[in-house]
Amino acid sequence: MLLRHTSKEVKEREGLTINPAKTCQPIGAMYAALGIHGCLPHSHGSQGCCSYHRSTLTRHYKEPVMAATSSFTEGASVFGGQANLLAAIETIFSVYEPDIIAVHSTCLSETIGDDLQQITRKAKDDGKVPEGKYVIFASTPSFIGSHVTGYANMVTGIATQFAVSTGVKKNQHNIIAGWMEPSDMREIKRLSKELGVKIVLFPDTSDVLDAPQTGKHVFYPKGGTTVAELQSAGDSLSSLALGSISAEPAAIALEKSCKVPFETLDIPIGLTATDRFIMALSKVVGVAVPDEITAERGRLVDVMADMEQYLYGKRVALFGDPDQLLPLTEFLLDLNMKPVHIVSGTPGQRFEKQMRKLLEARSPETNFRNGLQADMFLLHQWMKNEPVDLLIGNTYGKYMARDEDVPFIRFGFPILDRIGHSYFPNVGYSGSLRLLEKILNAIMDRQDRDALEEKFELVM
Amino acid sequence: MEQITILEGRQKQIFEKKKGVAQPDIACDTSSLSGSVSQRACVFCGSRVVLYPIADAIHVVHGPIGCAAYTWDIRGAVSSGPELHRLSFSTDLQEMDVIYGGEKKLYHSLIELIEQYKPKAAFIYSTCIVGLIGDDIDAVCKKVAKESGIPVLPVHSEGFKGTKKDGYKAACHALMKLIGTGSTEEISKYSINILGEFNLAGEAWIIRKYYEKMGIEVVATLTGDGRIDAVRRAHGATLNVVQCSGSMTWLAKEMEAKYGIPYIRVSYFGIEDMSKSLYDVAKYFPDRPDIMEAAKAVVSEEVKSLYPSLQKFKKALTGKKAAIYVGGAFKTFSLIKALRSIGMSVVLAGSQTGDKNDYARLKEMCDEGTVIVDDSNPVELSKFILEKEADLLIGGVKERPIAFKLGIGFCDHNHERKIPLAGFEGMYNFALEVYQSVMSPVWQFAPRKGGIL
Repeated sequence: MLLRHTSKEVKEREGLTINPAKTCQPIGAMYAALGIHGCLPHSHGSQGCCSYHRSTLTRHYKEPVMAATSSFTEGASVFGGQANLLAAIETIFSVYEPDIIAVHSTCLSETIGDDLQQITRKAKDDGKVPEGKYVIFASTPSFIGSHVTGYANMVTGIATQFAVSTGVKKNQHNIIAGWMEPSDMREIKRLSKELGVKIVLFPDTSDVLDAPQTGKHVFYPKGGTTVAELQSAGDSLSSLALGSISAEPAAIALEKSCKVPFETLDIPIGLTATDRFIMALSKVVGVAVPDEITAERGRLVDVMADMEQYLYGKRVALFGDPDQLLPLTEFLLDLNMKPVHIVSGTPGQRFEKQMRKLLEARSPETNFRNGLQADMFLLHQWMKNEPVDLLIGNTYGKYMARDEDVPFIRFGFPILDRIGHSYFPNVGYSGSLRLLEKILNAIMDRQDRDALEEKFELVM
Repeated sequence: MEQITILEGRQKQIFEKKKGVAQPDIACDTSSLSGSVSQRACVFCGSRVVLYPIADAIHVVHGPIGCAAYTWDIRGAVSSGPELHRLSFSTDLQEMDVIYGGEKKLYHSLIELIEQYKPKAAFIYSTCIVGLIGDDIDAVCKKVAKESGIPVLPVHSEGFKGTKKDGYKAACHALMKLIGTGSTEEISKYSINILGEFNLAGEAWIIRKYYEKMGIEVVATLTGDGRIDAVRRAHGATLNVVQCSGSMTWLAKEMEAKYGIPYIRVSYFGIEDMSKSLYDVAKYFPDRPDIMEAAKAVVSEEVKSLYPSLQKFKKALTGKKAAIYVGGAFKTFSLIKALRSIGMSVVLAGSQTGDKNDYARLKEMCDEGTVIVDDSNPVELSKFILEKEADLLIGGVKERPIAFKLGIGFCDHNHERKIPLAGFEGMYNFALEVYQSVMSPVWQFAPRKGGIL
């Protein structure tokens, strides 16, 4: 057993993280920037950072992931990385020809004190940014937050550095996507269209990281929010931030800079979170929910009712990122399942409070921890003490699932060993139905596997 | 053919072999240009991959979480016993640690870890940030070693302090501290260390088996399926056999200087090089002609069963063209020969870390018209693949989807290989994988090579 060294006894650790349930900020910034059309993410740091992020995103999406690096050397680390970044901006525009370069910092460049705002401004002043092209930035030191906050910081950078308020409002609404998959973003767009809401969705990685095979390697695939759309976001009537950790900071910034009022909702995973999302959309346009969407909802509820006996009381351990864990936990509770252990490496009191509030009302005995030392080692120890029927989380959960012989559903980031997340959403009623199907399959396959011969049922 | 620009300042790292033209040496061994979409990694990555397969040690990454998270069990270096190397340990440095220093946190982490896991040794990797905030990890390691009684070895692998190769060197430096601390009693005179073999998909086991069949004792494999105790007595071997020239030549040289152990460079890919690596070792022990006889027997037995099985692949693949872009240059040489043996030619050959001599040899080996690149990027790779009409790309994780988008076959010759490609049976696997991918029916449905059906 790979994790045979995991002890049952839980001890407080002083410094150590074992098997992290998070990664660092820059990869989130890189992912967010890929959701802008014609944008090349740029990692201002050592070249290893860029290489690792690209590799991880490539493994997760099985797609080419393009990003450039400042390639820090020892000299840059002593004298500052300004020269590297200025040189990088020049070469990127002349060779890779993006419309936008989205620079994010790293632990290295932050610690030596590089000021991205000042350097990118100098690049503009020095004429290194061609007419009609853009350089935006976000500060994402790896020693603060997690990949989720890195995503939030870049989305905020996108919102504040593109959106302008012309004083004339446009009949459109912003939807700021929290960390979700291209498939989820595609579904958000579909649902908005069904409701007749004109939206600017950003970032939008659909048609970027789920691109079709064309016989060409396209550096800038056709998807992604366009510059024109982003600029117009300042004139939108309102913003809907999907996720209080990964999307709300951008909505707040946009309210500040362009006076666009906002509302924060959960990512619409599960029945009730989707209800809130659909109601919010229908409210902003003042139309009734179309029959087609009501029918989608009905189908989800129908399956929840049909299969209720297989779900009741099933004990679940889950780990991942705040904005996904909140609605997922709520969905599990709606399904009459029992979230027993919840872990997220992403620190932050906001999330902690939200989760505690949800649990206090509906499942006060659930083990929950986030931030430092909230890692998979701890989760595994908890699972040893209080076993579960199902584990939900990213690919790294497969070790625990195997060692404890627990059914496992891949959900979150990264998923390095299965496909599907790019193509089939978890959001909306139909996305939730797919998630429910996965949960049922996992549980019922296990029931079949373990059933005594005389109890092995044909009809379930 | 649409024009794709070569990154300015990169012309010297690209080269096309042409007849009758005096050609300059390729520029290599340099840092990537700022702003390039480089396929390369950093110093830390170099150290991490070299030491990673040592399975009964703990590998602690001292830094913010990312460096540990991205290197958590991504390399299929298999162990026949303990699997401590597949866990991820990090000090997860926070802002306050960056301001006040992370030594205390590292100390506590190590004490906690050693108590929990009882490892044979600990490797402590310093990352970019540690180099900047000036943590004295040597002092912490010394202290913990004294208290715990196991070797605690600092690996100075700050990401920005050079290229991946410097990381190899930092790793070898840590290994040098271990070598020489074990007993060499009862080690045969006819013994070797296998250097630069990482047991991906169990490859070291295959190689070891061949040598053992020849009557050679393998003292230590560095570092595939590695054990601390074996590393400690590696200085008792008579000969070092070095594969993956990039990572381990430095160690071999150090061991030669310090312990007088000579080394030879070998490759285990392809029939030709695999056979040669057995013969070269046998040649080193001329007083025992039976070793050479045994080597010949191994080769003839293996080739006898392998050769016929390769013919169906060769028949299908003859005339197909390959592009190679891998980490070390030495691997490229073997791949060229291996591909030729199944009827394929090489139209693009490149590496991330090759040196001047490697590229000179590559130039000599390649056919006319072959493009040779150092530290390439996706634009260049796509350009040359299309121009040269390659049917196959051999590369690593970041190259795979590029090949598939272009509608050509792919073979992972890097960390993510799932089946052993080394040795004679590895050659069969390699041919099968290439055949599977190049001849896959999926390409019938895909607009191939730039949209032409």
